[in-house]
Amino acid sequence: MMMNREQKTIFELSSEGRNGFRFPKSDVKAAELPNDLMRETLPLPELSEMDVVRHYTRLSALNYSVDTGFYPLGSCTMKYNPKICEKAARFSGFSQLHPLQPVETVQGALLILYEMQEILQEISGFHAASLTPAAGAHGEFSGVKMIAAYHNQRDNSRRKVMLIPDSAHGTNPASSVMCGFRVQPVNTNERGNIDLKSLAAYCNDELAGIMITNPNTLGLFDENLIEAIDMVHQAGGLVYGDGANMNALLGIAKPAELGFDVMHFNLHKTFATPHGGGGPGAGAVCCTERLRDFLPGPIAAVIEPATDELPPLYGWKMPEKSIGQVGSFWGHFDVIVKAYTYCLMLGRDGLKRVAEFATLNANYLMSALKDVYPLPYDRICMHEFVLDVKWPDAPDVRALDVAKRLMDYDFHPPTNYFPLIVHEALMIEPTETESKQTLDLFIEAMRSIAKEAHEQPELLHDAPVNTPFGRMDEVKAAKDLKITE
Amino acid sequence: MMFIPHSDAERDEMLAAIGIQSMDDLFEAIPKRYRFPKINLHEGMTEIEASAQLKEIAEADLSVEDVSCFLGAGAYHHYIPAVIDNLISRGEFYTAYTPYQPEISQGTLQGIFEYQSLIARLTGMEAANASHYDGATACAEAGILAYHQFRGKRKKILVSPGLHPHYAAVMQTYLENFDGVHIEIPEFKSLDSVTPQNLADLIDEETAMVMVQYPDFFGQLFDYSEFAEIVHAKGALFCMSVNPIALGLLKTPGEMGADIVVGEGQPLGIPLSLGGPYLGLFAAKKDLIRKVSGRIVGETVDNRGQKAYVLTLTAREQHIRREKATSNICSNQGLNALTAAIYLSLLGKKGLQDVARLCYDKAHYAAERISKIPGFHVLNSTPFFHEFAVACPAPVSEINEHLLHHGILGGLDLSRMIPSLQNVMLIAVTELNSKEAIDDFCRILSGDENDDES
Repeated sequence: MMMNREQKTIFELSSEGRNGFRFPKSDVKAAELPNDLMRETLPLPELSEMDVVRHYTRLSALNYSVDTGFYPLGSCTMKYNPKICEKAARFSGFSQLHPLQPVETVQGALLILYEMQEILQEISGFHAASLTPAAGAHGEFSGVKMIAAYHNQRDNSRRKVMLIPDSAHGTNPASSVMCGFRVQPVNTNERGNIDLKSLAAYCNDELAGIMITNPNTLGLFDENLIEAIDMVHQAGGLVYGDGANMNALLGIAKPAELGFDVMHFNLHKTFATPHGGGGPGAGAVCCTERLRDFLPGPIAAVIEPATDELPPLYGWKMPEKSIGQVGSFWGHFDVIVKAYTYCLMLGRDGLKRVAEFATLNANYLMSALKDVYPLPYDRICMHEFVLDVKWPDAPDVRALDVAKRLMDYDFHPPTNYFPLIVHEALMIEPTETESKQTLDLFIEAMRSIAKEAHEQPELLHDAPVNTPFGRMDEVKAAKDLKITE
Repeated sequence: MMFIPHSDAERDEMLAAIGIQSMDDLFEAIPKRYRFPKINLHEGMTEIEASAQLKEIAEADLSVEDVSCFLGAGAYHHYIPAVIDNLISRGEFYTAYTPYQPEISQGTLQGIFEYQSLIARLTGMEAANASHYDGATACAEAGILAYHQFRGKRKKILVSPGLHPHYAAVMQTYLENFDGVHIEIPEFKSLDSVTPQNLADLIDEETAMVMVQYPDFFGQLFDYSEFAEIVHAKGALFCMSVNPIALGLLKTPGEMGADIVVGEGQPLGIPLSLGGPYLGLFAAKKDLIRKVSGRIVGETVDNRGQKAYVLTLTAREQHIRREKATSNICSNQGLNALTAAIYLSLLGKKGLQDVARLCYDKAHYAAERISKIPGFHVLNSTPFFHEFAVACPAPVSEINEHLLHHGILGGLDLSRMIPSLQNVMLIAVTELNSKEAIDDFCRILSGDENDDES
């Protein structure tokens, strides 16, 4: 019989009168309290320090993570998170800075922000950058808002339509709506490219712009990209780049040269900062000259140029027609330090190698799996590719089953059921940091699962069985909604 | 190669398996004229070199650990127990992805469930989500919720001038001009005028939500119970932005009748880090839960009968609902939510009461001392928590420059955010300000620097 892996909650572990952390006795006299403003009870748990340490350590053991195994999660770029980046971000001169300190006392931090802006500009070909967005979707919101501000300023407020290919991330339409746009999907053609006929139908004077992920979520560099961008520009629209897949383009192509007007980076994907079980990440939004005044701010800037004796003085600058502030302070500085450290170590050539080997790994996996898994778009891919789990002779096996069975082989499942245009999608992104040995083990597992799917499909339906927990009753979670204890 | 494990031989084997000759062949789909642009960056560094360079850069900064800090205004210098960094540095937590695969993510999921529970208990609310980016975006998301609650029919969001000016600015970025929504913020006249009574007159049938801060930006505390009734009588939602440490002592927003509670979770064990990443707290009444944005973890069972947790009510979210989602939020502040949960578990009931009381007592000691210095005048006339505004006899920037020479990071120059507040300093005091440090601060303010020359 399997061991029960349920963990008591901190509330169940609580024991009255226990205390995990002691504060020093007050060295000032007690002040009078506002009696009518005091709370009556404080229902927090009472635990010892060891209770807390053991509880969370035991919880951690129930997690899969990059440090424990391979995460072929398409679109998520789950690469290795270098430990030196964590260490650097914890230097007191970075982690212990108040956001409102005088700029003269945070010149090191501002230098990092300034240089990170420059690095992103150099990699992408854009002319300006703001590091204030807190996440990819937040960067998207900022960039799309800039497009709205640009059209409004030109008195083009009738431009209300944002085009979004049907392969796009869900954040794209959600961000567009938050910025007041109407979303119009654009079809993908049989080669996995933007369908230009579908696009042409919307290139009119209501067009605000298009949001393009390139390489797209099929892992393909869009063969119609240049033409599509040109069509949108001709119609007076702007082109937004979803930078989620930038890992494939480092040193390979510059989005601004391809014609994009504004784009966000996901520092937690491309620049190896950890995902933290869901965040925090960091977004950054970059743009061309004509949009720079609309960037969210403030951004790091040289406020007094260097002289013969003195280095430049860095400070904050709000772009002239900024869409405004998008967060409490100046962005996720701690995450930016990690991304900056990563860039320092990789340098020019290392960054290009990232894209090369990410692409090599993806194509290696794809070529080793396509004879056993249907591959809807069979051409050289970029950093990821999409399989379609549809076997005529195993009709009741779905992508979900393959995904769940992979856990029994100690792999994290790939992204599934995305992009939406591939019905039984398994989206696989190995990243450059995985070795050939790991990829070979994964290939072996995938091939073995394909065999099981045909011979013993129940193994897939029952999976996972080797994990601490089995499949969940998601209906119960929503129906008997219990979200607090 | 840095973080890339392939040997040349392995690379060649892989190219052969794919059936291509060279790495460059992988990129044939990219039009030639755009392929392989020149990237003008430096060469890569080893860990030893990068570490040395970063250390040097960090040393150019003044860490709050090396000064006596009286600066707050939305970010506070509290002690972070050693347990926290130890636990959140576990790779199993910080290198994990969003828990979409619950079978192998129960650590994150249970951690977030406990976080939601702790925030609900702390705020006196029934429900909480798994986090927003920070205090400001949590305010904006509350505004979006209110807009949807009235299906866009109520267009006004009334915001107290006591809300952090940055939060108000972010609400404006998110909401102003969105389908005719407008944010009304009464002009700041004087500290005494920032009261619930003055705000109450501005609530009308057009108002979707009223937003206050507790303690407010100037540290002021009010009992909003009656105010909440006024808001509800007009049919609007009442949202309070809170400081979670203050709730160790103070009456909860739930008791006062708030519908939504947001706030900045940074004081709960999260380092200052120049302003981020922080933690957007978001709690609400249960009947609003389906309109709340962001991830939510719920309890369930697995097919082996074990109690377990999953992401639930996902039909609100962008990856399912796309343009009809309640928000575009995807990544949130997972690890920082876990940090807050560990902080609250470790301190527990007594610890949180103690730290709140220390902040309160020390702040009141400081205010009393400062009010006795000629030329200085504490502007707060109502109860306050650990922050208060002081009218100074000279521009705050000058005073702060002087304080800095003595190793003291002075309070916020309020004119930076509210231009009419010239010569007013916003001072924050936490458990980390010793009596001695407060006395030194007062001595420098009073111009008596004799002891300091040595």
